[in-house]
Amino acid sequence: MTRAFYLFLAAAALTGPALAQDTEDPATVAHEMRERQMQLFAYNLGPLGGMARGDIAFDGETAALHAGNIASLASVDFSPYWVEGSSNEELEDSRALPAIWENLEDVEQKRLNLVEAAQALEAAAGEGPEAFGAAFRNVGQACGGCHEDYREPDED
Amino acid sequence: MRLLAVSTSAAVAAGVVLWWGLTRPAPLAAEALAGLEGDPARGENVFNAAGCASCHTAEDAEEDGPPVLAGGRRFPSPFGTFVAPNISPHQVVGVGGWSDVELVSAIMLGVSPEGSHYFPAFPYASYGKAEMQDVVDLVSYLRTLPESDRPSEAHEVGFPFNIRRNLGLWKILFVQNDWVIGGELSAEEERGRYLAEALAHCGECHTPRNALGGFERDRWMAGAPFPAGDGRVPNITPAELSWSHGDLVEYFTSGFTPDFDTAGGAMAEVVRTLAKLPEADRAAIASYVKALPPAE
Repeated sequence: MTRAFYLFLAAAALTGPALAQDTEDPATVAHEMRERQMQLFAYNLGPLGGMARGDIAFDGETAALHAGNIASLASVDFSPYWVEGSSNEELEDSRALPAIWENLEDVEQKRLNLVEAAQALEAAAGEGPEAFGAAFRNVGQACGGCHEDYREPDED
Repeated sequence: MRLLAVSTSAAVAAGVVLWWGLTRPAPLAAEALAGLEGDPARGENVFNAAGCASCHTAEDAEEDGPPVLAGGRRFPSPFGTFVAPNISPHQVVGVGGWSDVELVSAIMLGVSPEGSHYFPAFPYASYGKAEMQDVVDLVSYLRTLPESDRPSEAHEVGFPFNIRRNLGLWKILFVQNDWVIGGELSAEEERGRYLAEALAHCGECHTPRNALGGFERDRWMAGAPFPAGDGRVPNITPAELSWSHGDLVEYFTSGFTPDFDTAGGAMAEVVRTLAKLPEADRAAIASYVKALPPAE
């Protein structure tokens, strides 16, 4: 009895957050998921940035792996993320500008630019540090391409 | 009584004469460029460091190929909305018909060929600190760029800011050609100071301004309201910014922050041009930023 009760509590503790999320406002959830998507990018960018800066030794295989991950992560269809009501004018923490919803085609094009830049980085990783460095810069510009037009400037 | 009236009008007249004299736009003398020869290849590097394309290309301009400086971008500010002019080498609507000395006067002194003051949205308060040779190189590069036949638009600036003559007083009060950051600097920091304070004109956005739009030099690079609306341009002195030299170089190169966010808004455009500079120049700007005195 006691054991079953504790198991129940543990299960409730584990599933609770997920259940709570289901009942949350879809716009809030979409905003949160966008941030998680960005964290997945950042996690894979870490080793690549370290190599670009020369903080860690260049390793073509590792670089190709993370570049490939970024290409895959960017290849998912982002449309479920753009839930109406999740712009910075509607959600307190959101920095997504309303211009996104007026230019969804361009937003989609910018995602495809990132896929292309990440695939080029994956290929360049096999060609040595110099080609890698130039291709990494293009990935940064692809990320920035969207942030430039569609994200509110930082509040500092 | 009559004496009072006479002396008052004399004082007013003297004031007008003084104002007229003080605010007179003074272009460079023709012989100022004597012996200087422009090198377009070096000029391209000056062009990138000075970020000319960030304002003077059209919003929807192609990224590839030589920049078309057609103008047309709009810059809202507390004083009105400025519209970047066409500075392509077109003979009629661009600057193709201007002499070298007219172009250098425009860039370094903010004086037009017709002899009027430019609004300081054009960062001549920074460009005035540049080496004359660099500006002559820049001019020779500008002459190699494609022409655009797009006519320049008028700025939308209301009274009293639209009295251009008053900008002569603004220049006397606020344009200073000495370096903001003095003292002992390494050769790399000095190069960075030249790039950041003169060509790249970082202070134009990152330094707060007083009510008349003059720099608060004692709060150099301490951050400022975003001129076009909400948000702030960040404080980049060590009071707020703890990035390492390597972090800064990476940011100027790929746009990535230390936690792999990226430059956004207007800074994304800036990074695109900084990325075209020689790596040593990006490292020099980073050294200068690290050497800034902390300011709140």
